[in-house]
Amino acid sequence: MSFLNNVITGVSLGSIYAIIALGYTMVYGIAKMLNFAHGDVIMVGAYMCFFAVGSFSLPPAAGVLLAVAVCTVLGIAIERLAYKPLRSAPSLAVLITAIGVSYLLQNSAQLLWGADTKTFRPLVEGSLVLVPGQLSISYVAVLSIVCCVVVMITLTLFTGQTKLGKAMRACSEDKAAAQLMGIDVNATISMTFAIGSALAAIAGVLMCSAYPVLSPTTGSMPGIRAFTAAVFGGIGSVPGALLGGILLGVIETFAKAYISTDLSDAVVFAVLIVVLLVKPAGLMGKYVPEKV
Amino acid sequence: MKKLNKNSLDGFINYGIVIVAFAVIQTAVGMGKMSNILQSLLVPACCYIVMAVSLNLTVGILGELSLGHAGFMSLGAFAGITASVLLQSAIPVGPLRLAVSMLVGAAFGALGGVIVGVPVLRLQGDYLAIVTLAFGQIIQNIIMVLYVGVDENGFHMAAGSEQFHLSAGGTAIIKGPMGAVGVTKLASFTAGFVLILITLLVVQNLVNSRSGRAIMALRDNRIAAESVGINVTKYKLMAFVTSAALAGAAGALWGLNYSSTVASKFNFNTSILVLVFVVLGGLGSIRGSIIAAALLYVLPDLLRQFGDISDYRMLIYAIILILVMLATNNDRLKDLVGRVIPKRKGAASNG
Repeated sequence: MSFLNNVITGVSLGSIYAIIALGYTMVYGIAKMLNFAHGDVIMVGAYMCFFAVGSFSLPPAAGVLLAVAVCTVLGIAIERLAYKPLRSAPSLAVLITAIGVSYLLQNSAQLLWGADTKTFRPLVEGSLVLVPGQLSISYVAVLSIVCCVVVMITLTLFTGQTKLGKAMRACSEDKAAAQLMGIDVNATISMTFAIGSALAAIAGVLMCSAYPVLSPTTGSMPGIRAFTAAVFGGIGSVPGALLGGILLGVIETFAKAYISTDLSDAVVFAVLIVVLLVKPAGLMGKYVPEKV
Repeated sequence: MKKLNKNSLDGFINYGIVIVAFAVIQTAVGMGKMSNILQSLLVPACCYIVMAVSLNLTVGILGELSLGHAGFMSLGAFAGITASVLLQSAIPVGPLRLAVSMLVGAAFGALGGVIVGVPVLRLQGDYLAIVTLAFGQIIQNIIMVLYVGVDENGFHMAAGSEQFHLSAGGTAIIKGPMGAVGVTKLASFTAGFVLILITLLVVQNLVNSRSGRAIMALRDNRIAAESVGINVTKYKLMAFVTSAALAGAAGALWGLNYSSTVASKFNFNTSILVLVFVVLGGLGSIRGSIIAAALLYVLPDLLRQFGDISDYRMLIYAIILILVMLATNNDRLKDLVGRVIPKRKGAASNG
């Protein structure tokens, strides 16, 4: 039973990682940049929901909507102001800028909302008891898994079927060619950031519901883990993010349960290294050898 | 007399800057013109300069992004602290023990560099960055659960406090999440200065050697370099391990500068901080790394003195970081600068 419990915890944690990893993977696919500020967008989303529900006593659904709206705008603003001028700059310059944005968000949050840890009230409370006294699933875990599945299906349909989604794929394949086909590359990139940030907001709310502490640095560690998940599954690949996220969540939970609570990080990252050595482009990534 | 070529002249200027800075600071300290806060920043600043120069070897000269440089520093720090405690009776002279500890730190850093480097340098670009990041996290995590101590029965090492048993007369050196405590401070500004000089000696001689040119050829075009017979793994590893060893030595100096050190000091943010020094100083520019590391390390602490803005210092730092990146990569601004200051002859068109 404890094994099943661990699987459930792992999958629900993994679902949250997967939603965050999607943001990384989509942005990487289209803009070829590691958006280190993504983790801090999660934090902003969680704060928005926290204040909406806690201070203005709005219903949780409104809180989530507000978080999504604010993060979408924030994502577009960050892209326009900080990343767009660097479109042709070396990738390291973009990386450092992303780190700068991450510092900016963390420190602004600290100044605006204080450095103290806040207790986040979960969106839904209680849990679903499957076997009394032995096996139960918290409603937050159910919600996380459902959200992850819905997001995955929507995104797969979106990128596969709609015109905008196809434009997105075209841009990540070849920007110049996409432009020649009449696709507005800048708008498409903005849209990608918007979607990624909206997902970050959802993930932030889910994460803080599952682990109810909130501080300006809340987002950074899950950000790094989700980023690992994205690489794990093959960065740039949407199903890869799902697979990577869930696997990472399960491995982390199992490492905590069966190896050592303190060493869970080491186990997760060691697995990542082994996977990358065997499959250098991640589990579902395409390995493109360099051409001469 | 043989005329100095441009590269070695550049190198001598770097030594000159460091020596002059050392002399000026020592005089200022001697005359009591330096506040205690500023004095306490001297040794860490030296560590960061060494970190920045050594990371520049990986990122600027070798051209591979590393996000786990602090991991090597951490290895060096804890290895150095352990060595200094173990050698307490064997080498009573402080500075000598410090030197040996720094060597041990460098050795452990190099060992870490080999362990990470051999498998990982097969990967390219961003994937290498991720693995170095992962490595940094693993090191941090392992040291958090590591218990090291010594008693009359010899040396003890355990993962977790349950298996860690010392006899009554023993000393615990590293105590898991609490890190190393009760460390005898051996580090001095002079030691930091010597370490910087050694780092410069190693890095500049490497860069200006046949090997260094091979490393830079790999950075500029790996396939072309490979086709003229440059051994990719050998030279990549050479740069990577040298860089890791220097970081290890810097770590040992850092560890022996404080009475206690925790593993979380050397986290992802520290790696990023050093990377920021390197990028702002200029990729591949040793002098840039020295200056950027020294200024940027001291700057936030100087801002602390101005009461009103001290709350905003990290915010200001972030904004400056973004603006500098935007400004240095702005084509129109580059044009303008290019027109005002004509490029030196032979300078690359896109620096």
